[in-house]
Amino acid sequence: MSGLSRRHFLVLAAVSGGGLAVGVAGRPAAARAGAANRLAPNPFVRVAADGTVTVVVKHLEMGQGVDTGLPVIVAEELCVPWSVVRVRQAPADAARYANLAFGKVQGTGGSTAMANSWRQLRLAAAAAREMLCQAGALRLGVPRAAVTARDGAVTHAATGRTLAYGQLVAAAAELPVPQDPPLKDPADFTLIGKEGAVGRSDSRVKSDGSAIFGLDIALPGLLTAVVARPPAFGAVLAHLDDRRAQSLPGVQAVFPIPSGVAVVADDTWSALAGRDALVLDWRDGPPAAGLSAADLSTGAIRDRFQALLAQPGRPARRDGDAEAALATAARRLTAVYEVPYLAHAPMEPLTCTVRLSSGRCEIWTGCQSQTADQAAAARAAGLAPTQVEINTLFAGGSFGRRANPTSDYVVEAVEIAKRADGPVRVMWTREDDIRGGYYRPFFLHGLEAGLDGAGRPVAWRHRLVGQSILAGTSRAATVKDGIDHTSVEGAADLPYAVPNLTVELHSPALPVPVLWWRSVGHSHTAFATECFLDELAAAAGADPVQFRRALLGDAHPRHRAVLDLAADKAGWGMPLPAGRGRGVAVHASFHSVVAEIAEVTVAADGGFTVDRVVCAVDCGLAVTPGIVRAQMEGGIVFGLSAALAGELTLDGGRVAQSNFHDYPVLRLSRMPDIEVHIVPSAAAPTGVGEPGVPPIAPAVANALFAATGRRVRRLPLGDRIQPI
Amino acid sequence: MISLVVNGERHKVAAPAEAPLLWVLRDALHLTGTRFGCGRGLCGACTVLVDGRPVRSCQLPVGQVDGRAVATIEGLRRDPQAGTAFAALNAAWIALDVPQCGYCQSGQLISATALLMANSHPDDAAITAALDGNLCRCGTYRRIRAAIHRAAAALAGAHP
Repeated sequence: MSGLSRRHFLVLAAVSGGGLAVGVAGRPAAARAGAANRLAPNPFVRVAADGTVTVVVKHLEMGQGVDTGLPVIVAEELCVPWSVVRVRQAPADAARYANLAFGKVQGTGGSTAMANSWRQLRLAAAAAREMLCQAGALRLGVPRAAVTARDGAVTHAATGRTLAYGQLVAAAAELPVPQDPPLKDPADFTLIGKEGAVGRSDSRVKSDGSAIFGLDIALPGLLTAVVARPPAFGAVLAHLDDRRAQSLPGVQAVFPIPSGVAVVADDTWSALAGRDALVLDWRDGPPAAGLSAADLSTGAIRDRFQALLAQPGRPARRDGDAEAALATAARRLTAVYEVPYLAHAPMEPLTCTVRLSSGRCEIWTGCQSQTADQAAAARAAGLAPTQVEINTLFAGGSFGRRANPTSDYVVEAVEIAKRADGPVRVMWTREDDIRGGYYRPFFLHGLEAGLDGAGRPVAWRHRLVGQSILAGTSRAATVKDGIDHTSVEGAADLPYAVPNLTVELHSPALPVPVLWWRSVGHSHTAFATECFLDELAAAAGADPVQFRRALLGDAHPRHRAVLDLAADKAGWGMPLPAGRGRGVAVHASFHSVVAEIAEVTVAADGGFTVDRVVCAVDCGLAVTPGIVRAQMEGGIVFGLSAALAGELTLDGGRVAQSNFHDYPVLRLSRMPDIEVHIVPSAAAPTGVGEPGVPPIAPAVANALFAATGRRVRRLPLGDRIQPI
Repeated sequence: MISLVVNGERHKVAAPAEAPLLWVLRDALHLTGTRFGCGRGLCGACTVLVDGRPVRSCQLPVGQVDGRAVATIEGLRRDPQAGTAFAALNAAWIALDVPQCGYCQSGQLISATALLMANSHPDDAAITAALDGNLCRCGTYRRIRAAIHRAAAALAGAHP
């Protein structure tokens, strides 16, 4: 494909003015279908007179493949070759481009892109196809039923006469938009679900340097800004001496903003030098949650959370009577699992470019919450949301960081643009990113279980302690009865049949900003539940796969299918040499189910490697199997980075880590062999961006137990397990 | 003024000698394919070729590049020394859909190009050694390794 480069980003905004808003999901047709030289029957599909098809993508492309997977749906239903498809990012517009899984806001997250677009885009493309077929039949003077759509053309089967779509767009645009167009029979799919049928639409621009990210925008008079933010959470600025910074060449302005002190310069190096030259006196913030700023350390947080573990929390699930069943169980097991704060650390640090002019605010960024960011930018700029234009660029990763209910980095950029003498791009350095908060929260999980005389679990009590992501945000209303569902997802919906089961939550408030991080609650609940289940299997003397299968029963066929597939492909049960071990975990998240089996080798000194990971996924119909595989691989690598080495620690409210030397991520040399197997399915597509993450940490920890007999209950695992 | 030869073209740039090459390439020459990732030489996103060797441009003061040949991702295809290797790698990257977010891939491709220029048949260990300093958060490592093997095979004539 060609012509996909986002260098033409300025053109993309034109999409917002073009076409007519015509409902695709059952709403009545409001108008006819568009200008004469193209067919634009809805907000998503444009067919041009040259036969090219432009698909408007409402989601952020951050690596997960929406700029390919979503256009493939259109190409399939419209019956055009992949080579004629072009991709554009939608403007911010909740009326046309809302995420149907989120309600009335536009945004990307929760592994919803494919699931919420699947039927919407099929209908949108099918409507365009029907209009073209109708126009073709009229032109040929034959009934609609006598023509078929194929390969970007309408063909009269009886005579072989063919009209290319491009010849028909003007006539088709005059026809009413069908509200309930027939969808293609999946048996006739040639692109969807087919291995190798399409390549990623963005591979070319991402393999020659031409892909445009937030720092790459060129605007006349563009300035660069960096911000000196508080060195400790809650700290406030007591004194600023900017005389030296102001005197440096290239530095244009220094001024305080709500999030810190902004340094605006002609270029990046001058901005960084200016920030280094600031003399800043920060004071500790007020005590919060019973901890003084000086006490805001990882050790103090752990102690406080451990005290809460001893107390009942708010119930998130209660089946039977776990306390009574524990009291009478033949055997009881207890364990505490711990996971640290984690930064998202996408390869592209946060950036945002803003141009303010009278009555207008233009924003360029890898925007993950277009309409929320638009509204927040409008408030900051003193404008109406319609006066804020969001240009969504590629994001160099996000993993949740760019979808912030506070729109922190966008609002900050607008605050700087209000005072800067021209358009400005705000750049976060890696240190700003690692130390800037909005972390996966630190969590403790206390688990206690009872087995009967036959080794069957009769009681399960799971107590979680960790900060709420949603409390205090614009989405706080989704916290019901004190339960933030993102804290307990994957724990409160434990699939295993245990008759007496309690899940309880403590959500202590701390002045450390937390946020969703690829797979959100599942990123820690799977570690606790799947490791503890493994402990029960060992106590019962059962095989970990068989123990799970028995407890899943017939109620969870998708779990069993991925478990069986992974076990089969991994050679589960085949003997391994001494020092090696296999571990399994299975976990459902974002409506998909993934099983992973890890193989580790442990040396005599305890040093270990993860050699191989076999993954089986049921994500419904895999629209683009190559991307599903890539997302599973990526999820495993992301989860493995955290499991092995990811950890942020606090000391006096300050984050100890700052860059990739002390917040390491997985490198090629520690990359295991990864195999991904996709369960064949005709069901509607479900999530793939996140579900690969949760099982890897417990699979590795369980493999280490299999190899050594030692349980590791705190992440990260490091690169060495203490020998017994 | 500092004199730079970038992708075969001579430029005179008004920049302090201690400014990293990365910011001169990006801000002064508008060669934005070279990415900023860490600013400490820890991630490899800013890798360029200087006299044919891979270098972290965020750590290289532009004053030290005076008169030396710099190649960035934008110029590799027509680079007389690196062009053949890069073209094969670029084709393999696209064929195997290596990129996800894509942000690290310029650096990955530059390191891989330097590897193939020095070693036309790298084994897995050589690939690991050459690219271990290039981080990827999306986890494209498996495909990067496969694409380098594919490019090497193509250069050797196995894949016409």
